[in-house]
Amino acid sequence: MAEFANLVWIVAKIVALVVPLFIAVAYMTYAERRVIGWIQWRKGPNRVGIYGLLQPIADACKLLMKEVVIPQNANRFLFLLAPLFSIIPALAAWAVLPLGDGLVVADIDAGLLYVLAMTSMGVYGVIVAGWASNSKYALIGAMRAGAQVVSYEIAMGFALVGVLMAAGSLNMSEIVHAQQGPFWNWFWLPLLPLFIVYWVSGVAETNRLPFDVAEGESEIVAGFHVEYSGMAFAIFFLAEYANMILIAGLATILFLGGWYSPFHGIGYLGPIFDLVPGTLWFCLKAGFFLFGYFWFRGTFPRYRYDQIMRLGWKVLIPVTVVWLVVESVFILTGFGPWF
Amino acid sequence: MQAIRDLFNSFLLIELLQGLRLTGRHLFTRKYTVEYPEERAPQSPRFRGLHALRRYPNGEERCIACKLCEAVCPALAITIEAEPRADGTRRTTRYDIDLFKCIYCGFCEESCPVDSIVETRIYEYHFERRGENIIHKQELLALGDQYEQQLAKDRAADAPYR
Amino acid sequence: MIELLLFYVFAAVLLFAATMVITAKNPVHSALFLVLAFFNSAALWLMAEAEFLGIALVLVYVGAVMVLFLFVVMMLDINLAPMREGFARYLPIGALVGCVMVVEMALVVGSKDVNLIHGGPVTSAAEGVGMSNTKALGSVLYTVYAYPFEIASVVLLVAIVAAIMLTHRRRPGTKQQNIDRQVRVRKEQRLRIVTMAPEKRK
Repeated sequence: MAEFANLVWIVAKIVALVVPLFIAVAYMTYAERRVIGWIQWRKGPNRVGIYGLLQPIADACKLLMKEVVIPQNANRFLFLLAPLFSIIPALAAWAVLPLGDGLVVADIDAGLLYVLAMTSMGVYGVIVAGWASNSKYALIGAMRAGAQVVSYEIAMGFALVGVLMAAGSLNMSEIVHAQQGPFWNWFWLPLLPLFIVYWVSGVAETNRLPFDVAEGESEIVAGFHVEYSGMAFAIFFLAEYANMILIAGLATILFLGGWYSPFHGIGYLGPIFDLVPGTLWFCLKAGFFLFGYFWFRGTFPRYRYDQIMRLGWKVLIPVTVVWLVVESVFILTGFGPWF
Repeated sequence: MQAIRDLFNSFLLIELLQGLRLTGRHLFTRKYTVEYPEERAPQSPRFRGLHALRRYPNGEERCIACKLCEAVCPALAITIEAEPRADGTRRTTRYDIDLFKCIYCGFCEESCPVDSIVETRIYEYHFERRGENIIHKQELLALGDQYEQQLAKDRAADAPYR
Repeated sequence: MIELLLFYVFAAVLLFAATMVITAKNPVHSALFLVLAFFNSAALWLMAEAEFLGIALVLVYVGAVMVLFLFVVMMLDINLAPMREGFARYLPIGALVGCVMVVEMALVVGSKDVNLIHGGPVTSAAEGVGMSNTKALGSVLYTVYAYPFEIASVVLLVAIVAAIMLTHRRRPGTKQQNIDRQVRVRKEQRLRIVTMAPEKRK
């Protein structure tokens, strides 16, 4: 009986996490179209509902009602399985992200490793989709995505090693606790190069502009999901945005002090800003990163494929390795308030 | 020295930040969106929309079935058949335009010696059934009657430049 | 109760996937079944409280190695008929290798020193000092097994360098873009502004 109650409690926690996540994903598509519109001197969607706020719901209804076309000679089973391959890791990784003090589905010790393992599995959806569609554009997209994600995972992993060296733990909640204090106590300052590397490789991992060669509308139509329609396409979309929010949430936890307010522990300001719930601070910081995603998309042109590989292997990885050495010197000398 | 400056520029992401600053400014500029059903973009008197056939003020149709428009049409969208009428004048018995083929180039209008076939300012129309895309003589004449005032004004405005 | 049930589910899927790896006709299916097998063994390790090993298995094998595997397999155009030809000829050798592996496994499983039911040496060590599995593994790797660990990493590095040296070939005469030079280029190197006296028109 106790086991059963435990199970129900776990399921309830998962639902409480996933439902707001899906709503956030839906409204991110809206926010993205609005922000990119503004950057391009347009207004963006503003027709469905006031300020176009019902647009994501209209889109969802449209996609739900469309037919899922399965191409001839496609591998039917894998074709339909591929969207699941991409959404499941995207959602599973959320299990260890603390959204507030103690507000986490599973507070496991190897949390950081777990997240890294889950994000590295997301690429299967892309590769399997590309292969099973029996289309040359899809296959090229899958190849590009595979090479890109595997390359940038290394830089990302190194950046995370820097964080775990600074925090001395793989547990997400403890990493945030290690950054307790005002904003200059957070890890973004001593680990600034790693922060930037993490951010760049996070954008690359999620196949977003300017690293979206896997989709590359102008060259390979839509890349790996060119043959997908209706709900199957919607699931890829959902997975991409869930991954974006995940990367933003991770960046918040690892480098921007998670749920702590930026003035935590300063004289009079601290207690006032601590009145705002920690989860709200978390969402605000993650929102900053998500806005960055849109801003980058509105600003930068797509990298050429060889330039992406060069940036990943010859710039980002050396930068991280050098900074890890610098960081160990910091740790040995007990530099600043961080170590 | 230049090399060092380049290194700093690329590692401090100067150029990327400049780009971000530019687009960041664009976020707050006045938007150019025309909110279509409520606001409309201004139209020139030369606007080329849906076709129409015009009549003379006495009600006689202008078209004399010279078939110049049919000949000049680059998309082969116009089909004309002609016969002498009871009073001996030459008139069309059939004047069809396939609106799927038409590219709205306006050559028919320019080639017409009697200003009969014209393009109106109408650009909001749709077809619900197959075959509706072919517009016939009666419909074209009806359109011409309906918009005659506007059409005459537009021709007059453009006349000095022809 | 639930734990035992989960163990049997994972174990059954693992065995099924492992069998399918060698029986599936399509090489891409084989590779994907191998992914499934890795994933289930990682789950089994997690249940044995070896969470670091389990997650590392997913991270390294599923996340990186198998992606590259799939990458290669997807590009292959394998004709199955000639691959079946030598089946009878290689059967004895295959059977021999299989037998050796079974005997080896039996020796490991049957030996008294390795008690598989109550966890390996690492978990018991972790339980002993009250450290997390990851920490225990790390402290053992960097103290007791420091030299073997470093030697293993050097061996891997040598293997990487050797593989690159073997496959790397210099092809003279190929036209390549040097991105560093492209980026470094300045306006003055490409553009010359000439001031000329205005020409007279006749």
